[in-house]
Amino acid sequence: MTPLLQVKSIEKRYGARIGCSDVSFDLFPGEVMGIVGESGSGKSTLLNCMAGHLEPDAGQVIFDTRADGPVDTVTMSEPERRMLSRTDWAFVHQHARDGLRMSVSAGGNIGERLMAVGDRHYGDIRDRAIDWLGRVEIEKSRVDDRPSAFSGGMQQRLQIARNLVTGPRLVFMDEPTGGLDVSVQARLLDLLRGLVREMGLSAIIVTHDLAVVRLLADRLMVMKSGHVVEAGLTDQVLDDPQHAYTQLLVSSVLQV
Amino acid sequence: MIELINVSKSFTLHNQGSAVIPVMQGASLNVAAGECVALTGASGAGKSTLMRVVYGNYLAASGRVLVGGLDVAKAEPREILALRRETLGYVSQFLRVVPRVPTLEVVAEPLLAVGCDKQAALDKAAGLLRRLNIPERLWSLSPTTFSGGEQQRVNIARGFAHDYPAMLLDEPTASLDAQNRETVLSLIEEAKERGAAIVGIFHDVEARNRVCDREINVSEFTPGMVA
Repeated sequence: MTPLLQVKSIEKRYGARIGCSDVSFDLFPGEVMGIVGESGSGKSTLLNCMAGHLEPDAGQVIFDTRADGPVDTVTMSEPERRMLSRTDWAFVHQHARDGLRMSVSAGGNIGERLMAVGDRHYGDIRDRAIDWLGRVEIEKSRVDDRPSAFSGGMQQRLQIARNLVTGPRLVFMDEPTGGLDVSVQARLLDLLRGLVREMGLSAIIVTHDLAVVRLLADRLMVMKSGHVVEAGLTDQVLDDPQHAYTQLLVSSVLQV
Repeated sequence: MIELINVSKSFTLHNQGSAVIPVMQGASLNVAAGECVALTGASGAGKSTLMRVVYGNYLAASGRVLVGGLDVAKAEPREILALRRETLGYVSQFLRVVPRVPTLEVVAEPLLAVGCDKQAALDKAAGLLRRLNIPERLWSLSPTTFSGGEQQRVNIARGFAHDYPAMLLDEPTASLDAQNRETVLSLIEEAKERGAAIVGIFHDVEARNRVCDREINVSEFTPGMVA
């Protein structure tokens, strides 16, 4: 089986400081990988390098494209990378506002991504937008409302609908449940898990919440100071952590 | 089906003076298809540790852990995930589920994961819940709010939903009444009949004598002195 994504020796520096360094892994179709670490450990830098939002200083991010097979996305042209990020990739931001157009209706937010890949029939686009609102548990009567009139949890679900409507194969998520209260988090986790299963998505989830990765991720990578200190099966890393930092991280979680 | 060859396990506590605690050494055992083996030994002897090493939840320090031909001690995460999906089932003492997911779906999930038809999976899950006396009115609710015994039975139903060729059972009959205990024991007997290799921890001596073909005392694998 060809990996969907092969990350090879990615490095990003901010001047003399290390953002992330020497990160390599393979992600296979249908796999969900979590990246954890304290803030400043380089996990968001890494995610942004992989998703093409930041240019890494070294390394390759090889994606198995539908048309041409494995291609290094770091060296591909800007228009090609943009096309990829509209079709096969999706990016769920921590703050829904960064991933939504706040002045456009909920339906418009979902429809925009469809139009970006060539859909033109208004009725079809609206129907699919309403279908997706239902899947993320937003009432269809809200289709014409602007996201600014939505609660934080609804905005986050709308962002997910907008991202998944074009049937991407790889989803990058940056703290998807951050800043939401726990009951909304539970609902979002359940939703994400269902969507990952139904659509056979691969996902990379950056978070500092170990409970979130335990429920969502098959595999886990632990970062500290820009380096990967430990990687493996999620429950193995959490239940039998080998590295000093992972042990500290796991033992610091408050028991409820 | 399940074979351990000279397996050892130790924990290194980096944040507590890098203390190294050896918990298991020279563990070897072999469980054939259709056989049920009980792990015995005092509390703390390493029964659960051994099961977790087999499941890939704990990393073995040395030795080979073969389940259906795969060496769990050295396998890639995705190989272990595939093994857990198709070959190796584990009924733990605690139910860990995503909040909000209805009981019926929790039980059907292992079947859906191996590509079983949705209706067939739900039917089988319903059959198991019925056998384990979980009232039908609870099936659409999340098991997170259930009583301890009910959660335990949901956990067992989930563990037996897919016909795994190899199974690990951690006290499957604990906290069950006589009737449910009987059901669980017959589930284990049925699994053996279809050729499942089972490793279990049973504190319930009667249950152990009824379903287990032999016993392995894990104290033999406990290092005598703690360094």
